[in-house]
Parts: sequence; structure tokens; C-alpha cells
Amino acid sequence: MQRWTQRSVPCCGFAIVAEVLVAMSGGVDSSVAAALLVDAGHQVTGVTLKLWGGETDSGCCSVSDVDDARWVAHALGIEHHVFNLGNEFNEHVVDRYVTDHARGLNPNPCIECNRHIKFGKLLDRADLLGFDQIATGHHAGVTDAGDRLYLTRGADRAKDQSYVLHMLGQRQLRRLRLPVGSMTKADVRRIASERGLLTAEKPDSQDVCFIHSKGGRKSFLGDRIPLTSGTIVDGSGEQVGTIESVELVTIGQRRGLDVGGNPGRRYVTGIDRSANIVTLGERSGSMRDRVRIGELVWSQDPVSGQVQAQFSAHGSTHGGVLSSPTDGEAILRWDTPQVAVAPGQSVVFYDGDRVLGGGIAG
Amino acid sequence: MVHYLDHAASTPVCPAAVSAMTEVLTEGFGNPSGSHRLAREANRRLDAARASIADGFGFAPGNIVFTSGGTEADSMAVHGSLRRAERRRPDRRPQLVCSAIEHHAVLDPVVGHGGTTIGVTVDGVLDLGHLHTVLGHLADADAPVGLVSVMAANNETGVVQPVAEAAAITRDLAPDALFHTDAVQFGAWHDTAELADVVDLMSVSAHKLGGPKGVGFLAVADGVELPAQQIGGGQERGRRGGTQNVPGIMAMAAAVDTMVAERDAQATRVRALRDEMVERILASVEGIVVTGRSGPRLPNIAHICFAGVESEALLFLLEKDDVMASAASSCASGAQQASHVLAAMGVPDALARGSVRFSLGYTSTPDDVDAAVDAALGAVLRIRDRG
Repeated sequence: MQRWTQRSVPCCGFAIVAEVLVAMSGGVDSSVAAALLVDAGHQVTGVTLKLWGGETDSGCCSVSDVDDARWVAHALGIEHHVFNLGNEFNEHVVDRYVTDHARGLNPNPCIECNRHIKFGKLLDRADLLGFDQIATGHHAGVTDAGDRLYLTRGADRAKDQSYVLHMLGQRQLRRLRLPVGSMTKADVRRIASERGLLTAEKPDSQDVCFIHSKGGRKSFLGDRIPLTSGTIVDGSGEQVGTIESVELVTIGQRRGLDVGGNPGRRYVTGIDRSANIVTLGERSGSMRDRVRIGELVWSQDPVSGQVQAQFSAHGSTHGGVLSSPTDGEAILRWDTPQVAVAPGQSVVFYDGDRVLGGGIAG
Repeated sequence: MVHYLDHAASTPVCPAAVSAMTEVLTEGFGNPSGSHRLAREANRRLDAARASIADGFGFAPGNIVFTSGGTEADSMAVHGSLRRAERRRPDRRPQLVCSAIEHHAVLDPVVGHGGTTIGVTVDGVLDLGHLHTVLGHLADADAPVGLVSVMAANNETGVVQPVAEAAAITRDLAPDALFHTDAVQFGAWHDTAELADVVDLMSVSAHKLGGPKGVGFLAVADGVELPAQQIGGGQERGRRGGTQNVPGIMAMAAAVDTMVAERDAQATRVRALRDEMVERILASVEGIVVTGRSGPRLPNIAHICFAGVESEALLFLLEKDDVMASAASSCASGAQQASHVLAAMGVPDALARGSVRFSLGYTSTPDDVDAAVDAALGAVLRIRDRG
């Protein structure tokens, strides 16, 4: 196992200096993360991942984003590389996104990207190339609790990204630095601005980075899977409308459904892909007292008993009691009934600000 | 100390080119299109450079159209041929044909026009039978062919292509077509005089043969009317408008002079170094394939596929040992991308992902070979051990 290495640092006597590979997306958070690591005296190398898109696309990982990251790296006086992990991204993130839609599940592409790409393939690559640690611009923290490490919420609760990083285990946490996790977004932008980094005013990235505004989800999915029409029914099973593409519907969706008249407070409570039926319901009718959770991963040892759980990226937490996990599955019984968690949605367990683990709602 | 094994990407600029360029930058700055003494002096230099370069590649001075480099020369060949064919047969859409392993400067405009690509063998050599079939079908359909383009040697594998044979097939089956060869890599290592006799158009770039970036030429054979793609000013006999890059052209001429004088000796020396490097790597590492080894190759390129290795990681580790090499090709973002050349050869994707090109040049030494062999062995073992 690689540990931090002790090296002498001019003017500072002995200090802990690490060789750090910082993932630079071309955004402001990772720019400032790199800057802070340089300031701390680490040996920093920047890398931008080319995950998607052609040479002239304007979506994520575009040439201009790579240029921005490279510009910042040059301004900081660090080396910058580009790794093409497009095959891995396609296999683990895009394919699953498409499959989830086809099966009527809510996809979590950011979580799958973190699991397989940034903290899977990139971490392996960093190991191979001799880096002690990797760093990203995520808003979350790594807390050392003696013999174990915890992922914790970012200081800026509105920007907290611990939900999408919940899959990080001890191996990853030990190798991870999140330099901006202890800062507010406003502070990050202020630092970038003070240092004259050209990413200082760059807007935050959007949800699904590989789907461009042109054509959107419908065009993206339509190019990859057949889109099928279906019927919309209410809670009693009576047809209230039709839908052009069942694959485009997600649980919890409220807008864009042609049901004639006022849909009121109804939203999608169920998708039956075998019969291509979308069910609408009232909030009160979809309250559940439990949720089954699979594909469980843990920050340390498996947890059961009283936990706080969060089931959307920036949602609030709710108390519940988790059963003992069996075969990577457990049942979470809410303290008070909650809106049904969409199948496919990630559920993340917290103890205060500490992430305990999480899984995918069945 | 840096061990530079990426000469096929760009060569160090030779001293003669540096001094020729410096002289023009500091003294001979006149515009060669002007009329006064300083302008005439610049024009005189340009004429001398043109004559020297033409002679070095087996052409006459009037054949040389200076460009901003290989890509512009290729682009001028493709688009100029297309316009020419459209003028000759306004009623028919001209067809464009090129090998599947061309540089993107040729491949992209040909494919973009809906052209036909000719396959290669598993050794990376143009499939002449396929070319014969394609041109035969086009002739049968009375489809006018604007251009057939076959590079003289491939920039990734170094495999030398049967250009004279391809040109003969073109003359036979598509006599109205222009035949172009991209000699950007080949021209740095081989006498092109024989090719000059059989092609209509030839592209050359200065920075692959000891000259600076941003300058090259398209040789246009006598009697070939190639419509200009950049007009205004009438320079280069109306074939390419714009004030010539006189410092670059003077440097290119000096580099060509040096290259021609030393070419045979350098080719022998570099080939021996390259072969030794390949033999030593082959003897020490299992699961590697040396691309195009069975046929004629440029003397300076060793293209090797390492099974179970990702070239991005390998290149990173090589650089840590100060060995500078490259993989197939990089896209605009700097990321490695899959090689269309290896795909055309039918190299399995898993093997192609571990491809690295070591390309030697006139500055290469036995030390460079030692460093490359040691670094490659260390890196491959490390990657395979941890993979």
C-alpha cells in the first residue's frame, strides 16, 4: 500500500508532501482544488478525463473544457495530462443509464461515474503511475477518526456532494483529498477570482453531462433504444392519457405528461415496463413505510439499526431503521412514512454529517 | 537528459535551418511580391529556396507551391482536385478515393465528401486489388474520379506504400483523375525522384525533416491545373494567395539541403539503431507485436503493440524516465484516440490500445536506444504486474 511520503520542502523543514494527481474538469472547484494543493507544497499533476463527445462538441469534456483545465494548470505551474477513459465511461455510465431508462429505473449517472471512473479507473491509473493520492473538486470532506476514515458532508450544505460519493470505501478515502470540501462555493469562486483563474465565473456543471441541450434525452435515448408508447392511468387503474415514450418517464416526474385537464398535484408513482403503463398518483397515496435497498456499499463495516437516510442528491434526510444486510440487500423502515423512493434511486445513510454507506432502491 | 523518440511528430530544427531563418528574420524581411530592392532581394532568396527544394525532391521550381505545412498541402490537393473535376464534368459528382490509412488531413475531407477508402493488408500495405476493383467499378459506371490519394509511407506504422503501382492502376482505370501522394514522412528518408515522375501531386512538410513548423509545399506536376483554394494576391502563380512565409521557406530549404546530403548515411545509421531497439525489446518482453515488420518500412519508426498495456499509462511512465514517444494519434483535446490505421489493418482493439510509436531521427543516439529499452521494459512490467 502506498503511503504519503516524507520529503524535504525548501524553507519549511520537513513536511508531509504527497505526489497528488488532481482531476481537473475545467470547472472552478477543481481549479481551486489544484491551486490549494500547490499552495500546500504538494507535487501536483493535473489530469482531465476525456469521457465523452467528439472533438468539437460543446457538452462535457469538450475541447474548451480541456483547454480551460490546461490553462489553469499552466497558470499554476503544474503538468497537465489528458486521459481518454471514453470506453470505460461508455461501458459503466452511459450503457447503464440507457438500460436503467429502458427498465423503468431512475438512473444515477454521476454516482456510476464516481464509482467506476473517477474513483475506480482513475484511482487505479494513479496507483499505477506512482501517485500517492488523487484529488477532486468535490464538496465533501474526508475525516480521520483514528484507524478509520469517514466521508463527511461538504461545509457548504447547498453544494454538498457527499451523496454522489457515498460509495467510497476505506481504500479510496485513504488516497483521496477534497481540498474545497471545507469551503463555501462563494469562497471557492473568490479564491479563483483573486488568483485570476479564468474558470472563476464558469457556471456549475449540469446534471447529465453527456446529454446535450440539443435533442436532449429523447434524442439521446431514441438513438440507442426503441422508444415505446404507453398509457397513463390514475390510482384506480383508469386510463387518463397516453404517452409517446415510456422510456423517457421517471418516477416522481410531474411535468410533461399529457393527461388532459389539470394534472393537479399528481405525479408518476409507477412505471410498468412489461405493460407500458405509467401510473399517476397523489403524494398522499404514494407514502411508504419502508424501502428495499440493494447493491449496498459501506464506508467501513456494514451498518444496521437507526440511521438517517437521503434519497436524492440535495434532498433532506429522514430517520429509519435499517435491517441487517443480507446478500447486499437490506430493508429500511422509515420512522415516519416517506414518498416512495423511485426504483434505481440511490439511498445514502448518514450518521450526522458522516456517510455510512448506501445502495440502490429496488 | 531527454531521450526524444518522437521525430515522426516533429524533428528538432537543424542548425542550418535556424541560421537561415534568423538571417531572413533579422535582415531579409522584404515582401517578395514588392518591387524595390529589399523586395527583390527577398524574391531572389525565395527563388533560390524554391529551386533548391524542387531539386531535392525531384521536381522543377515551377512545380512547387509553398503552403503552411502538410495539412494545407493535403487539403489543397483534395479540394483542388475536386474543383478541377467539377469543372471538367459539371454534370457529374466527382468521386474521391484514398487509402484507409491516410493522415486525417486527407482522410477527413475525402470521407466528408462521401469518398471511397481502399483497405490495407494485415501488414498495413495498400490492397492494390481493392483499388483496382473500386476504380474498375467507377469506370464501369462512368463516374468521374477527381482524386486518388495514397500516402508514400504511413505516419503511424512507417510502412512504405506501393505508390508507383497505385499510380499505374489509376492511370489505367481513371485516366482523368489526379494522383496524389502524401510524402510527409517518406520524404524525410527516401529520394522522391522516382515518385515525382509518377504522381500529379505530392505533399511535404518542413518540420518532419529538420525544418520549422508552419511551412511545407504541394508539388504540382507540369500541365496539372489545380484551382486555388486560397485566392487574393496571386502568389505562387495564382495557385495559393498570400505572402509567402519567407523565413520558414528559407529554413525549409536549408533543412532540405542538409537532409538530402546526409539522408543515405542517416538512414543506414538510424535503421541500425531502430532495429537494435526493437530486437532488444522483443527479446525481453513477451506479448508484443511489431507492426509491419515483414515489409518495407521507414528506417526510423518502430511501432509496437504491447498486449495488456494501455498506451496512455505506458507513455506516462516512459516520460517519467525522460523517454518521449507517442501513441497512435491525439485528438484536439490532447486525449489519445483509437487509431484508424490499426483498425484498417484489423489489429484487435485490445492490442491496438497498447500501441506506441518510437520514431528516431538525425539526433538519435545509442544512449536514446538504451534509455528507451530500459524504460519500456520497466514500464510494461509495472503495468502488467499491477493490471
